[in-house]
Amino acid sequence: MPELPRNVRIALTVAVIAFGALLPLFVEGGGGFIDDATLALAYVVMALGLNIIVGFAGLLDLGYVAFFAIGAYTMGYFGSLFHINVNGGEGLHVLVAGPAAELPGIHANFLIIVVLAIVATTVAGMLIGLPTLRLRGDYIAIVTLAFGEIVGRIAINGDEIAGFGTKLTNGRQGITPVDKIDLPFSEPFTALNLRPWYWVAFTMVLIVLFVNFRLRDSRLGRAWIALREDEVAAVSMGVPLVKTKLLAYGTGAAFGGVSGAFLGSYLNTVNADQFQFAFSIFILAMVILGGLGSIWGVVVGAIALSFINNRLIPDVLNDVPERIGLDFDLTELSFGIFGFLLVIMMILRPEGLIPERRRQLELGEGIEDLAKTGDDDDPVYQARVP
Amino acid sequence: MSPEQENILEAHGVTKQFGGLTAVNDVSFAIPQGSIVSLIGPNGAGKTTFFNILTGLYKPTLGRVAFSGKNITAGRPDKIMALGVARTFQNIRLFGTMTAIENVMVGQHARMKAGLFGSIFRPPWVRGEEQRVRAKAAETLEYVGLRSGVHDQLATNLSYGDQRRVEIARALASEPRLLLLDEPTAGMNAQESESLTRFMQKLRDDFGLSILLIEHDMRVVMGVSEHVTVLDHGEKISEGEPQAVRSDPQVVEAYLGKQEAERQRAEQEGAV
Repeated sequence: MPELPRNVRIALTVAVIAFGALLPLFVEGGGGFIDDATLALAYVVMALGLNIIVGFAGLLDLGYVAFFAIGAYTMGYFGSLFHINVNGGEGLHVLVAGPAAELPGIHANFLIIVVLAIVATTVAGMLIGLPTLRLRGDYIAIVTLAFGEIVGRIAINGDEIAGFGTKLTNGRQGITPVDKIDLPFSEPFTALNLRPWYWVAFTMVLIVLFVNFRLRDSRLGRAWIALREDEVAAVSMGVPLVKTKLLAYGTGAAFGGVSGAFLGSYLNTVNADQFQFAFSIFILAMVILGGLGSIWGVVVGAIALSFINNRLIPDVLNDVPERIGLDFDLTELSFGIFGFLLVIMMILRPEGLIPERRRQLELGEGIEDLAKTGDDDDPVYQARVP
Repeated sequence: MSPEQENILEAHGVTKQFGGLTAVNDVSFAIPQGSIVSLIGPNGAGKTTFFNILTGLYKPTLGRVAFSGKNITAGRPDKIMALGVARTFQNIRLFGTMTAIENVMVGQHARMKAGLFGSIFRPPWVRGEEQRVRAKAAETLEYVGLRSGVHDQLATNLSYGDQRRVEIARALASEPRLLLLDEPTAGMNAQESESLTRFMQKLRDDFGLSILLIEHDMRVVMGVSEHVTVLDHGEKISEGEPQAVRSDPQVVEAYLGKQEAERQRAEQEGAV
C-alpha cells in the first residue's frame, strides 16, 4: 500500500470500519447480500490466517482446509446433538441459554467453543508444521497438502471410526443442526435475521486485522520475513528456526479455527464435503490474488473471490452458457474461472491487487538484482569476483 | 601478546565429511582474545565449511569447538549467535525485501524478548524495546558509514558496497564478541579493500572484538592479521605470523603450484 500521511490513514480506517459496521442496517436482514457478506468476512479471517503462514513466513501451506475442519468440528462436538448420549441423555450445558439449554448433547457457549477451537487448531498447526521444519519451498507444499487430504479423508470416513460411545464424525451426512451463536445483549441469531451473524464476523475480522498488523511490525514479524527471505542468514542472525516457524503455523491455524467454528454454526452443518482440497486452493487463491503478505490486499482478495464464488458465478452469470446456446452449469466451472483469473493476474499484476510494499519494490527491479545478490552458482555473480 | 592470553575460540581436531569427501580434516585452531586472525587457502580448501562449523550451520563429523570456554560443537546457530559469534557471508545474504534498518534490527533478534503476546498487545516494555532496537540499528548503520537517507531503502536496492556495510552492521548490532567475516573484500577495488582493512582495526579497537577473516586478497591479510592459518584440501598446512606463512614453501606450492615453489626455493638457495 502506498504510504499515506498518518491522519489520512486513520480517517480512512475509521471510514472503512464505520461503513462495514453500519452496512447491515441498509440491507434486508435476511437477504442474499448480507449472507454473501457474512461468508466473505469469514473467508477474510481464514485468508488472513493463511497469509501469516504463506505471506509472512513464506511456508507454502496447501492444507489449510485442515484448520477449517478442526475448527468446525470443535463447534460440532461442543455445540450440537452430536454426543447425544452424554450424561445419560440429559446433555451437558456450559453457559448456554435458550433452546440449546434443554437439549441432549454437549452445548457450550460460542465464546468457549472459539477458545477451544483456537487451542485445537494451534496444536494441530504446530503438529502439521513439525515434519516440514527441515523442508523448504515445494516440499513443504507437498507435506501440508498431504495433511490437508488426511484430515479431509478422516472427516469423510469418520462415521465408521467409533470409540467411547461416539463416532468421530458424521461423514458426508454431516453434524446438523448446529447450535446458533447465542450472545448476551444481542438480537437473536436466526436464519431470518443475519445481522448479528454479520456483526460477529465483522468483529472477528477487526480483531484478526489488529493482530496481523501488530505481528507484522514486531520482532516476530521481522523474524518471519527474514526466514522467508533467507533461512540460513536468518538463523545465523539469531532467529530460532523451529520456534519461529511453529509460531507462524500455530497463529495462522488459529484464525482458520476461529472462522471454522463460526462457519460451523452459521452454515448449520459440519459436513465432510466442506473440507476438501479445493477449499485450501480457494483460500490460497484469495491470498495470491490480493497480494502475498499484504494485509489489505488479502482482505480485498478474499472479499472479491468470495463474491465471485457465491454471487457472481451462481446468480449473475449463471445463465450465460444458456444464452450462448450451451448446456452446462457455470458453477461447475468455478475453479476454471478462478484459475483463469489467477493467470490473468500473474500476467498483468503478479504482485497482487494491493501488493505488499516490499514485493512491489522487489518485483519492479527484476534482472539487475541478480548481479547484486547472486548465489554461489550464479554466473553473473561469479563473474564479478575474480 | 602475553602467553597466558585467553583464547576466545578454540577448535580441536575438527573434521567434516560430506559422504566420501573430507572437506575439513583434523583442523585445530585458536583465536586469541582481541586479535584479528585470518584463514586463507585456495578455492575449495574448506574455509567456508570451517566457518559454517564454527557458527553451527554444519555439525562437525569429529572434533570440538569451544567459545570462551563453552562447548558449542554442533550447537544451534541462533544459540551460538546469542553467545556472541556473529558473521557475514561471502556472497552477501541480506534480507532483500527488508529495509536496511530492518535488516539490522533482525540482527538484534537474540537481544530482544518480545514474544507472540508481547508483539500483539505491545505493552510499554515492548514499545521501549522496539524503540531502543531501532535507535541502535540506526546508530550502527551510521557507524559503518551508511547515509541516513538510505536507511529505509530495501536492501536489494542498495549498491554493492552499501550492502556489504549493512551486512557488517547487522552482525555488529548483535553485540558480538567474535566477528567472522567471509571474504569481506570480494568484489572491491584496492582502495576499498584498503579502507576496509582500516575499518576492521577500528572495529577491534572500538568494540574490543576478536575478528576471524577469510580472505583472498593477500594485501589485506598481510596488512591486518596477527596470525594466519592456511588450509588446503581441508587440511591445515601452515600457520603463524603473516610473513612466516607467506614464505612457507608449502603455502607457495598450494597457491602457485609445485613448479613455482621449486623455482622460488632455487632462487633462495642461489642467493645464499
